[in-house]
Amino acid sequence: MTALTQSRPWRWTARGLGVLGFSGRTLVIAIPMLWLLVFFLVPFFVLGRISLAEPILARPPYSPLFDRAPDGSLEILANLDNYRLLWEDTLYRNAYLSSIRIAFVSTLFALLIGYPIAYYIARSPEPRRTILLLLVILPFWTSFLLRVYAWMGFLQREGLVNSFLLFTGIIDAPLIMMQTTFAVQVGIVYTYLPFMILPLYANLTKLDEAFFEASADLGASPLVTFLTVTLPLSVPGIIAGCMLVFIPAIGEYVIPALLGGPDTLMIGRVLWDEFFSARDWPMAAAVAIVMLFLVVAPVMWLQDWLDRRGLNR
Amino acid sequence: MKRGWTLPILALLGFVFLYAPIVALVVFSFNESRLVTVWAGFSTRWYVALFNDRQILQAAWISLQVAVASATLATVFGVLAAFVLARLGRFRGRLLLTGMTTAPLVMPEVITGLSLLLLFVAMEQVLGWPGGRGMGTIIIAHTTFCLAFVAVIAQSRLRDMDESLEEAARDLGAGPVRVFFDITLPVIAPAIVAGWLLAFTLSLDDLVIASFVSGPGASTLPMVVFSKVRLGVSPDVNALATIIIAVVALSIATAGVILYRQNKRRAQGR
Amino acid sequence: MNQQRSATRPLAADTRPWRDPAARPFLSIRGVTKQFGLFTAVDGIDLDIFRGELFCLLGASGCGKSTLLRMLAGFEVPTAGEILLDGQDMSTVPPHRRPTNMMFQSYALFPHMTVEKNVMYGLLREGMARAAARDRAQDMLRLVKLEKFGGRKPHQLSGGQRQRVALARALVKQPKLLLLDEPLGALDKKLREETQFELVRIQETLGTTFIVVTHDQEEAMTIATRIGVMRDGGLVQVGEPREIYEAPETRFVADFIGSVNLFEGQVDAAAPDAMRVLTRDLGPVTLRPVPGLTLGQTVWIALRPERLALSHAEPTAPNRFRALVEDVGYMGQLSIYRLRLRGGRLVQATLSSRSMEDDPISWDEEVWVSFAPTAGRVLTE
Repeated sequence: MTALTQSRPWRWTARGLGVLGFSGRTLVIAIPMLWLLVFFLVPFFVLGRISLAEPILARPPYSPLFDRAPDGSLEILANLDNYRLLWEDTLYRNAYLSSIRIAFVSTLFALLIGYPIAYYIARSPEPRRTILLLLVILPFWTSFLLRVYAWMGFLQREGLVNSFLLFTGIIDAPLIMMQTTFAVQVGIVYTYLPFMILPLYANLTKLDEAFFEASADLGASPLVTFLTVTLPLSVPGIIAGCMLVFIPAIGEYVIPALLGGPDTLMIGRVLWDEFFSARDWPMAAAVAIVMLFLVVAPVMWLQDWLDRRGLNR
Repeated sequence: MKRGWTLPILALLGFVFLYAPIVALVVFSFNESRLVTVWAGFSTRWYVALFNDRQILQAAWISLQVAVASATLATVFGVLAAFVLARLGRFRGRLLLTGMTTAPLVMPEVITGLSLLLLFVAMEQVLGWPGGRGMGTIIIAHTTFCLAFVAVIAQSRLRDMDESLEEAARDLGAGPVRVFFDITLPVIAPAIVAGWLLAFTLSLDDLVIASFVSGPGASTLPMVVFSKVRLGVSPDVNALATIIIAVVALSIATAGVILYRQNKRRAQGR
Repeated sequence: MNQQRSATRPLAADTRPWRDPAARPFLSIRGVTKQFGLFTAVDGIDLDIFRGELFCLLGASGCGKSTLLRMLAGFEVPTAGEILLDGQDMSTVPPHRRPTNMMFQSYALFPHMTVEKNVMYGLLREGMARAAARDRAQDMLRLVKLEKFGGRKPHQLSGGQRQRVALARALVKQPKLLLLDEPLGALDKKLREETQFELVRIQETLGTTFIVVTHDQEEAMTIATRIGVMRDGGLVQVGEPREIYEAPETRFVADFIGSVNLFEGQVDAAAPDAMRVLTRDLGPVTLRPVPGLTLGQTVWIALRPERLALSHAEPTAPNRFRALVEDVGYMGQLSIYRLRLRGGRLVQATLSSRSMEDDPISWDEEVWVSFAPTAGRVLTE
């Protein structure tokens, strides 16, 4: 590296930039900044702009925002028809609400299943702790798509869950689980479980064992200790884990597409169909914009607020 | 302290939930029958079928190229962004950069995919670039959303790192660039490797964003698999899943053993 | 040992129950052993502690003192042996049902609760009404002089204040036994010295039995009624601070508590009023006789640095040696001298700085080192 920083071209470049008023510092800031501006921020403006257009049969399939009027002046062709339709058509409204509902239920179950796992791992001695942690992470590194696929075979009419329940005599006739909202929720809980466990684990493992001992020492039974000490202290982990499950679950497309039925409405799926099947790009863009403001923005604001509160502590 | 049985049992059930579908997936990849639910004897025919499927092999090759390229780019930009945020103090646009490196973490993929596609289309109209969509646009899209993950990992490592190491190097006469390459990078190297691996996996795994920004002739592996499984379960996908799981499990076990040994050595050194 | 005991003022028997063979101990530890796998952390300890004592368990890290304390609190279950508190066997009682409380080394103050809530916590677990618990907590906070800080969170307090909250929280349930794990370990030196006396004041006010674990021998000497010195899971010596310091029974204790100069030698001659030990470094040394020694037996002479005298002129004491001053450390009221004996051995002497004003001794001077026959303590192990 020495060779590089002391080579002539390097120094000349640095000096040249200095003459132009760029310091190395500015350059270092500029590289990631520019990339993210162009490929992350600007797309949202494009998205917003196209959501105001109309679909037309052309390439690209949307009307331009500006047009030359016959007298040569610029005309703005923006219209809010897409948003009006979003508001008036109950399909979209129901899709937003149903997405939130499904994501909420899934998050709750992910928490109920994930918390004991995280807590158990956090209180395990080494090397069991590392092994269990790796076992939690392992499915996450395998394909998301294939993990959803695994449940297709599992929940089928002739699938293993039904076979098992029939075999043990819990049910008489196979349950219909595939292509239901239930299957979608199972799929979400399953695929996002590591995102729930890891922040919870990170939080629980940082708690000093002495807190639990102090609580027991002062006369609290294990259950009371859990309710009055462990649970309140793990609130940051619970919030982080729930965020990591809830937000992506709202926009989920693959899981409802593979496990859901025709009546499983989720907004990510509506957006996808609007774009790929109906080829209505402006409508898809409008769906995305509303999703952004209705769902993502408040949750991100909440996350930010929590972060700041955490820093002030 | 004595502990009850409730917690271990709940945790065990949780692990059963995590692994039962995976085990079933693997077992039925060796099934003779086409039905993925009825056992009809051991067979490796689906593996043979998989390796004769030109479409899958080609898609896998494209996915690998995309994943290596975008993981590498995402690591470069992500580490730079993390360094800027963790070490350069206040500057104009700091809040903006913070937002842009964390927002992709929670952004629904459909939104990221759609907005990037619309950007590419608009850019093509205005600038004439990129001419058409394919691997190039997928790499740009994956770099952007993986960047955030790398940045988060690198940033937390930078925050944990003892800043006096860098100050000592400055004190001994190293310029800021030297310090970055001589001290900062080697110290956060494990986080960079982890970040690259994560970005690689995320890229390899992505279906939604790739579906939006890809063009004809550039189908990634998840896209091909998705179009297959949409029609129902098929045992060659089980075979593919088994191979992926085996590779991942082997790598994780290796990493786990290395990590465990390191920790043990560190614990003994104390 | 006997002459030291007679030197101290006689005290009422009930203030030092451990001197009364008929006294009933409050806490009885009998043959308590704790093994972690193959490692024996605590090895068959027998110890009696009496009501109202402030007992210090003193030892280096890893000696088993914290494990012993944690067994008293109920966080570890003894592998063998029994713990009787006030005549009741404790071994099967879980921590939350024990009449003991612990002050943790890290304080373990619940970060999500205010100071007052922390102190109230134990009372609420007993089922005490909230209002009554708040009053009791306020009383306790007043005792530790923190009545104005009840509304704060632990992270808004200084280290010393946190320490006092932890003490208040552990004391508020009026435990039969208070266990303190390095209670002053996290404080800086000056604060630690002030707090030592504060701790003793509170203990005497409440009359609670305290068991303190510490690695700091000065701290143990200052606060304890008795000290138990631990090493490798066992108790090496139990006694009052003065006994431990003046009459150590082993080289380990002599060396662990304060500084000491140790000389190895053989018993050379013994008479009713004196005995001679032949040492390699000092040659023959005259000491008070110790019963039970045989001629030729290997013994060690322990000499506290403050028991040595230095002078330019040859002294009259029977044990006197020439030495070269290598180093003088001025510590304010004391000065520490490092002396090289003729044989090459280094010896340390501590003298009051005032006493050296008439006859100042400095580096590189040849001086006389001397000590009285009563100054050296003879150790057999």
